[in-house]
Amino acid sequence: MDVNEKIAIDHGLKKEEFVKICDLLKRTPNLTELGIFSAMWNEHCSYKSSRIHLKKLNTKGKKVIQGPGENAGVIDIEDDDAIVFKIESHNHPSFIEPYQGAATGVGGIMRDVFTMGARPIANLNSIHFGSPQHPKTKNLLRGVVKGIGGYGNCMGIPTVGGQTSFDESYNGNILVNAMTLGLVNKNKIFYSKAAGINKPVIYVGSKTGRDGIHGASMASAIFDEKIDEKKPTVQVGDPFTEKLLLEACLELMAGKSIISIQDMGAAGLTSSSIEMASKGNLGIELNLNKVPCREEKMSPYEIMLSESQERMLIVLENGKEADAKKIFDKWNLDFAVIGKTTNTKKIELFFDKKKVAEIPINILAENAPVYNRKWKKTKLPQKIKFKKDDFKKLKITEVLKKILSLPNISSKEWIWEQYDHTVMGDTIQKPGSDAGVVRVHGTSKAVATSVDSSAIYCNAHPLTGGKQVVCESWRNLISCGSKPIAITNCLNFGNPEKEKNMGEFVECVEGINEASKFLDYPVVSGNVSFYNETKDKGIKPTPTIGGVGLIKDYKKMVTMNLKNSGNLILVIGKTEGHIDQSIFAINILSEKKGPPPVVNLFNEKNNGETILKLINEDLVNSAHDVSLGGIITAVSKMAIKGKKGFELNKPKVLINKFDYYFGEDQGRYIIEIEAKNLSNVQKILKDNLVHYDEIGLVAEKDVIIDKEPIIHIDDLIKSNKYWLEDYMDK
Amino acid sequence: MKSSVIIFPGSNCDRDMDVALKKFGFKNQMVWHNDPEIPKSDLIVLPGGFSYGDYLRCGSIAGKSKIIKSVIEFANSGGLVLGICNGFQILTETGLLPGVLLQNKYQKFICKNVYVKINNKENKYFKNIKKEILELHIAHNEGNYFCTEEEMKSLNDNNQIAVTYCNENGKEDEQFNPNGALKNIAGIFSKKKNILGMMPHPERMIDKYLSSNDGNFFFENLIENLK
Repeated sequence: MDVNEKIAIDHGLKKEEFVKICDLLKRTPNLTELGIFSAMWNEHCSYKSSRIHLKKLNTKGKKVIQGPGENAGVIDIEDDDAIVFKIESHNHPSFIEPYQGAATGVGGIMRDVFTMGARPIANLNSIHFGSPQHPKTKNLLRGVVKGIGGYGNCMGIPTVGGQTSFDESYNGNILVNAMTLGLVNKNKIFYSKAAGINKPVIYVGSKTGRDGIHGASMASAIFDEKIDEKKPTVQVGDPFTEKLLLEACLELMAGKSIISIQDMGAAGLTSSSIEMASKGNLGIELNLNKVPCREEKMSPYEIMLSESQERMLIVLENGKEADAKKIFDKWNLDFAVIGKTTNTKKIELFFDKKKVAEIPINILAENAPVYNRKWKKTKLPQKIKFKKDDFKKLKITEVLKKILSLPNISSKEWIWEQYDHTVMGDTIQKPGSDAGVVRVHGTSKAVATSVDSSAIYCNAHPLTGGKQVVCESWRNLISCGSKPIAITNCLNFGNPEKEKNMGEFVECVEGINEASKFLDYPVVSGNVSFYNETKDKGIKPTPTIGGVGLIKDYKKMVTMNLKNSGNLILVIGKTEGHIDQSIFAINILSEKKGPPPVVNLFNEKNNGETILKLINEDLVNSAHDVSLGGIITAVSKMAIKGKKGFELNKPKVLINKFDYYFGEDQGRYIIEIEAKNLSNVQKILKDNLVHYDEIGLVAEKDVIIDKEPIIHIDDLIKSNKYWLEDYMDK
Repeated sequence: MKSSVIIFPGSNCDRDMDVALKKFGFKNQMVWHNDPEIPKSDLIVLPGGFSYGDYLRCGSIAGKSKIIKSVIEFANSGGLVLGICNGFQILTETGLLPGVLLQNKYQKFICKNVYVKINNKENKYFKNIKKEILELHIAHNEGNYFCTEEEMKSLNDNNQIAVTYCNENGKEDEQFNPNGALKNIAGIFSKKKNILGMMPHPERMIDKYLSSNDGNFFFENLIENLK
C-alpha cells in the first residue's frame, strides 16, 4: 500500500505533521514507517502539547536520584536504599474495556518500576467515575476494581492506598491512574540508555500478538459513538507472566550483564527500541523474523505496533547471552536475540531478508513536533454571598450524617477489601487511612504514600487547585508522621486543542510547580493524559498527585483513629470558614460557584513541619488532615475509625458554626493529645507561630456537638459505611 | 527444626512464610518446583499465591507438578505438610485433603482480618496453644470450602475440622463467614492430622505493627510441638 495524506490522517497524524515527515525523510514513508511515526508522534508518547510546560516543573532536590525522563523517578531514602516510583494513566482503555484496561494499567506501571531494578513494594490507584446514576458507572467501577485487584493480587504486591470519586464530568471518560513504588539499592539502578556498538538486543517475556495495536494513538484521541469498535486496541493482561518476568529480570539484574533495559509499554517495540537508541545516541538494527510471535503471519507493521503486555527489551553485554537465556528458560519465558546496536543513529528493520524501514532516530525523538498551544486563563470566581439565614434551619448532626454518606465521602472499603493489601508482610497502615505505609523490609524505616486529586477546586480555579492538590498530598504524608520527599503526577485533562482545556492544564501545572518548589517536594516522574473528552464534553481538570514520604523509625508512625476517651482534640491551622466549593456548599446548599479555598504555602509548610515536631516528641496520639467536609468530617472519620465518641464546642471565633465546622480552609490538621501534654504541645505550637483551637475531647461512644442532642458513634459509622456496598450489591 | 517452603511459578507468599518460619526458629529452605527432591525437613509448607497463574483451576497444575510427588510421599509417611491459601487449594487438588475451594460466595476477592476458632488441639499444630480464637487474615478469591455429605461426615467423624470462621467471642454464625464455606470451615486436617490446609494467613500476622500478631501463637506453638 502506498502511503498518502489520508492514510496518515487515519493514523492520527495531522496534515502538517505528514508534510514534516516527508520533508525530514526526504521521501514518503512506507506503511511500517508511517506506523512508527504515528506511534512516536502521538500525544501519549511525544508529549507534544505538554512538553514546554512540563519543562518548567521543579524536578530537582537533595533526595532526587533520578527525575523525569526515565521509566520512573528515583529518590534516596538513606542507607543506600532508594524508592523508584511513578503514576500513569490508563483512562481510555479502561473506559472501553474496564477489566483489561485497569489490569494492564497496573501491569504497565509495575513494569516501569522493576525495569529500573526495583522490587515493587506498594501499589496505589486513583479512580474516577461518572455520576452514580449514570447507567455505565456501576459496571465500569466493578470492572476496574476487579482488574486492578486481579493484576496486583496475582503479582503479590500490596495495594495500600487509593482514591475514588464520582462526578458527572467523567460520565464519558473515566480515569484510572495507577501508581507503584519499588525498592532498590541506590547503587544498582538500571537505566534505559543504551551504550556500545554491536551489543545484542534481547527480547524477553510474552510473545507478541495483535492486541493493543495503536493503543497509544487511541489514548490520544477523543471518543465518539463508535467507541465500542475500539475494543481490539485494548491490551490483554497476564499477571502470571508478569510475575515470572519480574523474578527473571531481578535475577538477571543481580549479575552484571545488562547495559540497559526498557519495558515495552505504549507503542511497544517501537518506542522501547527507539528510546534506548536515542538516549545512547546510537542506532539500532532489528530482525523482525526473530521476534517471538503468538499469531501467524504478523507483518512488520503489526510487530512494531503491537502493545502486547509483559515484554522487555534488553541491551546485553557481549557474550552474556547464554547465561541470560538460562534464567529466562528457568522462568519459562521467551528469550530471543532480535538485533544489535549500531553506529548509524538510525533504526533499521529487516524482515524476510529485506530492509523494511530505515529512519534516523533523531527525527523520531528530538524532532518530534512540539506545540505551544493557545490557552486561556481562568479568572478567580467571585465569592458567593450565602444567606446565613438558610443555615439556621439546619442541624449540624443531620448535615454531618448526610455528608458522611455522600458517594465521595463514604467508606471505600467495598473497593479496597478486593485488593490484597497485606501481602509481603510489611503493610503497617492500610487503605482507608491518610496514607498507606509499608516498612522497608528488614529495616526500622517505613515509606508512606498517598494519591490525591481535587477536580472541583481545579475546575473552579486551576492555579489554586494545582497548588492545593500538592499541599493535600503533603498533609496526608505528614499526618502519619512521615517526611514528604517527592511526588509523581498524572495530569488528566480534556482536549488540548481547546483554549479552555489547555489553559486548565497550563495553570494547574503552574500551581503544582509553585507548591512543589515552596514545599521542596519535587516532581520526579509523571504522565499526561489529554483528550479525556467525549462528544465535545471534557472532564474536569484532574491532576493526580502521588506522594512519597519517609518514616525513619516506623514505631513512631501515627494513625488517624481516635485512641482514648478524655484525650484532647485540637485543630491545627487557622479556620476562616471558607464555604465556597466545599462539600457543604455543593451538596447541602446546592451552590456550585465561587472560588476554591486559598492556599497559603507558608502556613502549609510551617504547620506541617510543626506537626512533625510534635510527632517526633511523641506528643500526638492520632492525627488526620482536614480536607473535604471540613473539621467536623475530619473528626468524625477519626472517631469512626477508632470507634470512639467525641464532644466538640465551637471556639469563640466570629464565624458561624456551619462555616467553622464545614469550611474547607487549607493547611489544617486535627490532632488528639493527652491532657498532660497540653502545655508542651502549646509551647511548640506557639514557638512556631502555629494557630490552633482546642475544640473538644475524645468520648467513649457519645457524639456531642455544641449541645445538640447526643448521638451514638454507631450512627456515624452506619452513615459512613454502607453507601458503596448498597450501591454495588443491592 | 528444619522446614522447606515450596516455590511454584506464581507463588507470592513464599517470602512472607520464610520470614515467619525463621522468626520463630525454623531453619528454612526454599525449594523450587523443578528441583528433583526436597531436602530433609520436619515441615513442608505450600505457600499462598497464584501457582501457574491459577488459570485452569486454583492449585490444579501445581497439584500435578514434578515436586508434588515428593510432597505426597512425605505426607503419606506421616510428615507435616502445611498449606496456606493457594497451598490449601493445592492440597485438595492432590487429594491429600478432601473437598474443594470454590469461588467466594459474593464473587469478590476478599482481603481482611477474620477470627477463627480452633476446633481440635489434639495435633502438632495446635496442641498446647494458649488461645481458643485467633485473629488472622484472609486474602483470596476462592476460599469457599465445599465437600460432599459423605466427606463432611468423615471430616466430623474423624475430627478433621481444624479452624472455623467466627466472631471475636467464638460465635460461629453465617454472618461471620466471609466466603460461604460449608460449616464456616477455614481449615481442615488430614485423618492423621499431619496435614493442615487453611485459607487464613498466620504468616501475615506476626508482629504488633501489622494488624494483629496472633500468627505468633501459631508458629511459636508449632515449633515447640515439633521439638
